[in-house]
Amino acid sequence: MKRFIMTLLLIIVCFLFQTTVFQGLDFGGIVPNLMIILTASFGFMRGDKTGLAIGFFCGLIIDIFFGNVLGLNAMIYMYIGYANGKFNRIFYPEDIKLPIGLILVSDLAYGFLYYITLFLMRGRFHIGYYFIHIIFPETVYTILITLFLYPLVLRVNKALEESERRSARKFV
Amino acid sequence: MSPVVKKKGEKFTLPGKYLLFILTLICTGLIVVTFNTNFLSAPVSAVGGSLIIPLQNGVSKAGSWLSSRSEELVQIRSLLQENARLQDEIDRLTMENISLQQDRYELTNLRELYGLDAQYDEYDKIGARIIAMDSGNWFHSFVINKGYEDGLMIDMNVMAGSGLVGRIVDVGPNWSKVMAIIDDNSNTSGMVLSTSDRLIVSGDLELYADGVIRFEKLIDSADRVVEGDKIVTSNVSDKYLPGILIGYISSIDVDSNNLTKSGLITPAVDFEHLEEVLVVMQLKQSVGP
Repeated sequence: MKRFIMTLLLIIVCFLFQTTVFQGLDFGGIVPNLMIILTASFGFMRGDKTGLAIGFFCGLIIDIFFGNVLGLNAMIYMYIGYANGKFNRIFYPEDIKLPIGLILVSDLAYGFLYYITLFLMRGRFHIGYYFIHIIFPETVYTILITLFLYPLVLRVNKALEESERRSARKFV
Repeated sequence: MSPVVKKKGEKFTLPGKYLLFILTLICTGLIVVTFNTNFLSAPVSAVGGSLIIPLQNGVSKAGSWLSSRSEELVQIRSLLQENARLQDEIDRLTMENISLQQDRYELTNLRELYGLDAQYDEYDKIGARIIAMDSGNWFHSFVINKGYEDGLMIDMNVMAGSGLVGRIVDVGPNWSKVMAIIDDNSNTSGMVLSTSDRLIVSGDLELYADGVIRFEKLIDSADRVVEGDKIVTSNVSDKYLPGILIGYISSIDVDSNNLTKSGLITPAVDFEHLEEVLVVMQLKQSVGP
């Protein structure tokens, strides 16, 4: 229950910041993708099921406010969360290289999937332009934000695991 | 043994891949339903309105404070130069104003003659504040803090200053989503003010950075349209009220078919620094002849 509330809170705060504060702190019109950081990090920290659930909610909240159709972002984020969950077995909290790498790949994958579904399908073929001007800058900025946001997410997760272990011991 | 089958005394759990499959089906269903109908938008927007909008309202104030502080620092120097330039402009405009007033007198007379009183100054308008921007970098839409409780409806036109910003595409109790005319998905029917030649204005993500939008399908066989001409919304558009300023032609080219022309428009609105907008409380369909 505690975990559910904390996670929901984290998703809402990240969504709020992404749509408001970071719109004011953009570099050349590019805004970082906080939702992908959340989805990916919960994916590899907690496994594929948590990853896909978090991804689904993150995507859905974006769809509700900004999607042209409901469910598209939810689906993309869900797959990204699930894929990240597969790396749960080789994840160690002390190691920062794997999380950074995974978040980088996740954001690139998100960019390409989004381009394919919403731009390629409408006959916009200049993938080179979109890569250089949208996907790549977004990834770089996202990685920069990851350096600050990821330790926070990690700490929240650690505290939750700690309190869950304590309450489990109480029952035994 | 199948992982879904429940063993005695074991807690029921659904493996990840089954969950993924089920949610994929749900998503696909949602996409199909929302692509074809408007059936789900009411309950969803009610949830969003009660949960997120009050928070966005508050946080976006903090965001705009931050961005305006950082911009102040950058702008002080350029403001000094601009001040001198503006002084010159004031002199020039005062002259222009005098001649315009003469024109206006003439215009009032002529308009009375034609009975054309549907100028957009006279539309009922309501102010609204932008509280959130599109979360990604791909499209250009934003959320404003007024909804159907304030009388807003889908397809109402949104302006800022004297120019067209876009139209409402989604409306909740206390919020509405506005799609800007520079959005990659947007197509607007416009016309050249001086010659009444019609054209299509379409947003393009590749041109965001240059601050221009594309226009196409201009038929101008007499070559009367020139750079700098005003583009306004046309009277054949089914969503936009006629005569709202879109922008000025900044370049013009003849298409390869030698019949139509296309080119670029500089929008009248500064989309980068939008904070408050005006919603025209009148739908195109309800304007009389």
